[in-house]
Amino acid sequence: MKNSMIIIKKQLKDTLKNKTILIQFILFPMMTLIMENAIHMEGMPEHFFTKLFSIMYIGMAPLTSVASIISEEKEKNTLRVLLMANIKPLQYLMGIGVYVWSICMMGAVVMAIGLPKQDILMYLFIMAIGFMISIFVGACIGIFATNQMSATSLVMPVMMVLSFLPMLAMFNEKIEKMARFFFTQQLKLCLNDMSIMGHSNETYIVLLVNVIIALLVFGLAFKKKGLE
Amino acid sequence: MIKCKNVAKSFDDKAVLKGISFDITEGQIFGLLGPSGAGKTTLIKILTGQLSFDGGEVITLDKEIEKLTGEDKRKIGIMMDQFGVYERLSCSDNLKIYADIYGIQYSKIKEILQYVGLGGAEKRSASKLSKGMEARLRLARVFMHSPKLIFLDEPTSGLDPKSMQAIHKLILDKKKDGCTIFLTTHNMEEAAKLCDKVALLNEGEIVEIGKPSDICLKYNYKKKIILRLTSGEEMELSHDATSAKKIYELMQENTVEAIHSSEPNLETVFLEITGRKLQEEA
Ligand SMILES: Nc1ncnc2c1ncn2[C@@H]1O[C@H](COP(=O)(O)OP(=O)(O)OP(=O)(O)O)[C@@H](O)[C@H]1O
Ligand SMILES: [Mg+2]
Repeated sequence: MKNSMIIIKKQLKDTLKNKTILIQFILFPMMTLIMENAIHMEGMPEHFFTKLFSIMYIGMAPLTSVASIISEEKEKNTLRVLLMANIKPLQYLMGIGVYVWSICMMGAVVMAIGLPKQDILMYLFIMAIGFMISIFVGACIGIFATNQMSATSLVMPVMMVLSFLPMLAMFNEKIEKMARFFFTQQLKLCLNDMSIMGHSNETYIVLLVNVIIALLVFGLAFKKKGLE
Repeated sequence: MIKCKNVAKSFDDKAVLKGISFDITEGQIFGLLGPSGAGKTTLIKILTGQLSFDGGEVITLDKEIEKLTGEDKRKIGIMMDQFGVYERLSCSDNLKIYADIYGIQYSKIKEILQYVGLGGAEKRSASKLSKGMEARLRLARVFMHSPKLIFLDEPTSGLDPKSMQAIHKLILDKKKDGCTIFLTTHNMEEAAKLCDKVALLNEGEIVEIGKPSDICLKYNYKKKIILRLTSGEEMELSHDATSAKKIYELMQENTVEAIHSSEPNLETVFLEITGRKLQEEA
């Protein structure tokens, strides 16, 4: 626990000086605030931008930041040094995961500003689940990639699928059929009526299968490669 | 302190280390020399338990490597061949991480930065350091927890002569404190100057091992004495009585500028054994 805290502390200092990661964290909360206040169109669903950007936030920020943090530390040999200083790989991953999750939750709080009070808790709950799955996916990529370049090339397609499919699904039925297999689309449905109850079985099955796959791949990757 | 017996390692089908054996006693500076791709970094990773190996035996800190505990690892300091510091963090923030991990007081950070010659650069971010300064910061990080066994992977590669000397002094200081030091280098002069024992590694095999001066003597096939006279003329004499007489005469005439022996330096020895230059890429 102490070691994970050390990682969190280190990461906090680093993020303040790391523009690419910082932008990941604040881009969508900022855009949400701006768009929700600036644009009001006839017939647009309520909190359209909040819901849309929330899902994109889930599909992008935790995924890219976790993958980039881990792969950079591998490339720059800092991870090796930490492990030699007897930080356990799981302590490290835990530190990074908790850190990214907390920062994203803060972003989600900002995005929740315009929502009706009674919806806020449910909204944060849905976001919390999304961040968690996305963090595991990012960690898988971080474990597989040996440097930042390879991490980026793995992150790109995954990010596209997770964050853009739900958006495109709104306009295209074929895409919608594909998007349904991914947790982000199902969470979008949850956000639409601000509830995790009363959805079709498909929602729960997809979420469950996504979680299981993320955990399984993570477990296998970790067992096979560790943080080497 | 360290003992290797027949250590072998392959990546996929490629044998990188082919039966490495040597030992290092406490307080020694051991130098592993070899061209790029010889397997130096791989061996360091194995000796520090970061990488598994396929065959043989590795003893580090007088224990089988698999049995090293967290407590043992605390006695080890390691500087990898590249990076190893957080570029965006300041020098002191970098060291704070390890102070936190090892439970060392922050006051030690200032002290150690001063010690390695980074006294004025505490607040500067690591990415803004010169190469020489970055090397000092990396050393500061290694020295932080006062390890007894120190691994330095090419500590001076790419540094200017002055920074190199400063680093050499820090390394020799650590030896005086009783530390055992394992270092790798491409630089033969450096090895001859610092190391009590060197091993020449080529394509995963140790081709020669011993005291640097002994190795050079061993390959002194020429066995000549080279005289440089005040006239600028150079003479080669063999190791025998007539030469002694000749030198005596010349010395009396006061015409000898310098006397050299003909033993090769480590660089030439290496070239002779392997047909390869150490710094091929340079
Ligand atoms: N993880 C790995 N997977 C596959 N091959 C590897 C791996 N690590 C090292 N190698 C190979 O092993 C050989 C030795 O590499 P190593 O890094 O130990 O050399 P080195 O002596 O440290 O070289 P340099 O002086 O350039 O640092 C190289 O041919 C390298 O390509
Ligand atoms: Mg190397």
